[in-house]
Amino acid sequence: MSRRQVHLAAHFPGVNNTTVWADPRSGSQIDFASFTHLARTAERGKFDFFFLAEGLRLRELKGRIHDLDVVGRPESLTVLSALAAVTHRLGLAGTVNTTFNEPYELARRLSTLDHLSGGRAAWNVVTTSDAFTGENFRRGGFLDRADRYERAAEFVRLSRELWDSWQPDAVLGDQAAGHFLNEDAIGTVGHRGAHFTVEGRFTLPRSPQGHPIIIQAGDSAEGREFAAATADVIFTGHGSLEDGKRFYADVKSRLARYGREPHQLKIMPGVTFALGDTEEEAAENAADIRRRQVGPQTAIAFLEQVWGRDLSACDPDGPLPEIEPDLTAGVSQGRVAIKDRAAVAAKWRALAAEKGLTIRELVIEVTGRQTFVGTPRTVARLIDEHVQAGAADGFILVPHLTPGGLDEFVDRVVPLLQERGVFRTDYTGTTLREHLELA
Amino acid sequence: MSSPLHLAVALDGAGWHPAAWREPSAAPRALFSARYWAGLVTEAERGLLDFVTIEDALGLQSTLPDAPDERTDQVRGRFDAVLLAARLAPLTHRIGLVPTATTTHTEPFHVAIGIAALDHISGGRAGWRPQVSARGFEARHFGRRDVPPLDQVLNRPGGADLSADPHVRDLFAEAGDAVRVARLLWDSWEDDAEIRDVPTGRFVDRDKLHHIDFTGRFFSVKGPSITPRSPQGQPVVAALAHARLPYEFAAAHADVVFVTPHSADQARAIVAEVRELSADVRIFADLVVFLGDDAAGRKARLDELDGAELASDAAVFTGHVRELAGLLLEWQRAGIQGFRLRPGAVPYDLWQITSGLTAELRGRQAFRSRYEAGTLRGLLGLPRPASRYAEAR
Repeated sequence: MSRRQVHLAAHFPGVNNTTVWADPRSGSQIDFASFTHLARTAERGKFDFFFLAEGLRLRELKGRIHDLDVVGRPESLTVLSALAAVTHRLGLAGTVNTTFNEPYELARRLSTLDHLSGGRAAWNVVTTSDAFTGENFRRGGFLDRADRYERAAEFVRLSRELWDSWQPDAVLGDQAAGHFLNEDAIGTVGHRGAHFTVEGRFTLPRSPQGHPIIIQAGDSAEGREFAAATADVIFTGHGSLEDGKRFYADVKSRLARYGREPHQLKIMPGVTFALGDTEEEAAENAADIRRRQVGPQTAIAFLEQVWGRDLSACDPDGPLPEIEPDLTAGVSQGRVAIKDRAAVAAKWRALAAEKGLTIRELVIEVTGRQTFVGTPRTVARLIDEHVQAGAADGFILVPHLTPGGLDEFVDRVVPLLQERGVFRTDYTGTTLREHLELA
Repeated sequence: MSSPLHLAVALDGAGWHPAAWREPSAAPRALFSARYWAGLVTEAERGLLDFVTIEDALGLQSTLPDAPDERTDQVRGRFDAVLLAARLAPLTHRIGLVPTATTTHTEPFHVAIGIAALDHISGGRAGWRPQVSARGFEARHFGRRDVPPLDQVLNRPGGADLSADPHVRDLFAEAGDAVRVARLLWDSWEDDAEIRDVPTGRFVDRDKLHHIDFTGRFFSVKGPSITPRSPQGQPVVAALAHARLPYEFAAAHADVVFVTPHSADQARAIVAEVRELSADVRIFADLVVFLGDDAAGRKARLDELDGAELASDAAVFTGHVRELAGLLLEWQRAGIQGFRLRPGAVPYDLWQITSGLTAELRGRQAFRSRYEAGTLRGLLGLPRPASRYAEAR
């Protein structure tokens, strides 16, 4: 029996503390050459797609712009469209928010990307909660949580109506008969919903994939249901084996409700990795990366997010502060809010006391870790095992360096996955839908 | 010897004649492919043109003033122009790329960072042609605002000057705010904001990032941009203008204005009117051109195929590139600094421009023989401005 095939994607690392910008090998986060390098490396590795996040407001801490992590990025779809010129098969996925966009305009941009890339476009559908981000947009901060998902669902439905509104054979270009378009080939969209009222005609023929691939990120019950109903790929954080299996089973079980088969939704956790020639060396590399991801100032900033106070007087290599968290004041904006800061603070205190950790050691301990650590052979085996065990259909790799952070993975791990017979040795299709076996 | 002219070409569909797609050299089935556009823009670059513009709108092309028509014998459909320009940027090296993006239904923040991204991707060759959408059928694609019916023909010869219409005035006021916000966002990162200071752990110097705190009648934007300051600092803004209100808009907000005189005398009068408003804006004249030995015959055949004589807001030129060169130099003496030529049919009329016209002008020492600058601002002789926030220090 043939083994389940692994799907791989590359995340362009950016605005968060996982990117080690202080590394001498760390290049520009904004030059197009950096995007080209990472995308071409992913394509050399026969990856399914390249993934680009978006930002709509710079993050702030204590009322000032957060300055410790990489800041700044270009507009996602514009970069992806340019990457379509320097790659040939690689899928091009961009995060674009439904809260501060309008369906007619965004559906048109995504269709344009699908045309200009020959069928390689994907849209990671996200929503934004905060009025903080809304301050950059006409609409301002205007939707509560439930409405945001409802708007997102209606947004995607309406986009599909627009993408479907031209018949596949609409453009005839019959010079002799004078028919540029097929008669009756362009339908009219008349949509009236809770969030959108759109009537008229779309401005583009049906794109190579029909619909760009829909990716959904997020883990809430609403998010899982939304993904089961509409997404082709789900981008999750469930990278460990047991956690991954639970999530995988739950999400795939929801598909039948929408008349869909399990293979029609690919589950791809975002993961990090650290390699070495030996297991020991890999573990050392992993520890070294973690230490550089959490510099002294970053450690204090993490603590401030939980404590709600200015802790700049604390020594990052000293113990946790005696002072109690101020639960009335949030100090961080534009990043995922920490729920129940009192409980988090208590847990951190207990952990630091139990293990005798300094502030920086504690933050390193509690803020995630590399998913896959080991020799290339170990990492290839782990990835394969996760996929065969039903913990994932593949992974979105988040390197810690720009732009060369994927080079070693592609050079050393991909050939071993190919040797195991679980990863393509060349593209068999031209569209992302084909790479994902959704065609 | 003449002073050098600036030459741009406006790309749209198969050319500016509605029947252009029926020319033997046209490739109507390829209009929705990247390869088609790559061929056109690399040809324009081969001809050393300053820039190409790419048309766009948030609705289908139509022969009716404010509704889609039912015609299937003309090109219908267009790509998002900013994304198309980005797709072309890595395939070119020196030519400027100026997509149209609407200011009416879009978010100024999105447009500003899209154009800034294009400037980064192209190494400083980005422009933006902001355009208002006064049309009700486009508003219904968004369903957010009621638009009074426009019963007057826009962008047509003899079309009324709509400057007095309060709805149109609002659209231009909104467009002005959109460009103002884009420019503030483009300045909101000073050039040297990224410091990567390892000892203090700071990636940026946040004193060099600025909230723009824009509050206007139509929207407010906090800022700063998410995109660092781009190679040109300020990408080039170019506006098409036919009447007093858009002249005022262009003079206040644009680096380049495209105007539509129909004679040298009209050109002189328009230049005088625009110059009263701005001493600095570069004035380009738009011309629809059918070129070559059989130019008039080609246009006549296309008119016949379309069932009507070509109607355009810009003057229509038919003739040999020698005559066109003479006309351009005559209008240059009237104060026009450059031309945005709209090829009647591509690729044929584009080839005539890139090979014939440029050679003809070069023979009269009126056009470049190599690109003399690496950015669009450089080609247009516009300095790279410092961020207003840096100046304010």
